[in-house]
Amino acid sequence: MSNLITIENIVYLASFGLILIGLFIVFSDKNLVKLVIGLDIAETGVNILLVSTGYIQGKTAPIFSRTGLKASQMVDPVPQALVLTAIVIGFGVTALALALVVRLYQKTGTLDVSEIRGLKW
Amino acid sequence: MRRFFSLILIIGFGFYLVTVIGRIPFAATGEAKGSVGVQIVNDTVNDTGAANAVTSVVVLYRGFDTLGEVTVLFLAALGMSLLLKGTEEVKARVFDESFILKTGSYLLFPFIVLFGLYIIVHGHLTPGGGFPGGVVIATAFFIIVMTSEMVRLRENLVSILESLAGLTFIALGIAGLLGTKNSFLANFMGKGVFNTILSAGIIPFIYAAIGIKVGSELTGAVGSMFLSPFGKQEEAGE
Repeated sequence: MSNLITIENIVYLASFGLILIGLFIVFSDKNLVKLVIGLDIAETGVNILLVSTGYIQGKTAPIFSRTGLKASQMVDPVPQALVLTAIVIGFGVTALALALVVRLYQKTGTLDVSEIRGLKW
Repeated sequence: MRRFFSLILIIGFGFYLVTVIGRIPFAATGEAKGSVGVQIVNDTVNDTGAANAVTSVVVLYRGFDTLGEVTVLFLAALGMSLLLKGTEEVKARVFDESFILKTGSYLLFPFIVLFGLYIIVHGHLTPGGGFPGGVVIATAFFIIVMTSEMVRLRENLVSILESLAGLTFIALGIAGLLGTKNSFLANFMGKGVFNTILSAGIIPFIYAAIGIKVGSELTGAVGSMFLSPFGKQEEAGE
């Protein structure tokens, strides 16, 4: 039992859980704002998975500011840089999606996807 | 019924995730890193002179990609202002916030901006950089715009700042192309003294440009959400 609780398993549980929760919201909900929130939750799960692939147990952030730190004591910086990009892009996508939701609400007066004509689900 | 079907779909996708992605070996417990990461961590101090390896990846090793990322953010802000602006239906409500909230936001504003500038300037030395610092600065404007109805930011100033920052990024890249190294975004400046603010060549300048660009873009995006504080108060008040 105790060897089930490893860092890998915790990361898998957190990231897969968030991805699945987000996708479940996207599939099952009809409210447009909630759809955007679901996408955001799923994206957070993906980011956790990506950033933790570079983690190495017992090692520190790849910053050489403190003297005496060696390169062999550091985690992989590449996934962190990738996730930085992913977070920024995710922010842009969310902002644009919410702007679209605002315009749709002004146009149709509802946030329910199934009531908006031309969008069937 | 929809819930039931989506639950089945989710269980299937979860099975896929666990069986396929769950097999990918993690570095978490082992010693081995990806070879690219090992190389970058070993060479970053000699290559770039930046103390923060993540910053050197974002700005130099992968600088062209970051230019694309800034462009995506610009397109998102542009799309927001195109979608939300120029619509007669958008009539922002003029909030009547309490005195304490207004005074508190004015009190906090300079400190939040200062903190954002600190994060931007130290991007190559400590965690942080242009993106988070720009967001912090935009947050300061966001608080002001949310709480007090009389503040008017000049939209032209915001867009001029944004364009200048973007042009600075590209100009620094072209300067590297014209210099001795002959490649776009090459680090043509001297590395300076390691672990000081003016070290690492063009990294602090590029990150400052990114910070100004992100900050002004997000401020503009906030402004397009709240039309009234941006000089359209008369229309909004009708």
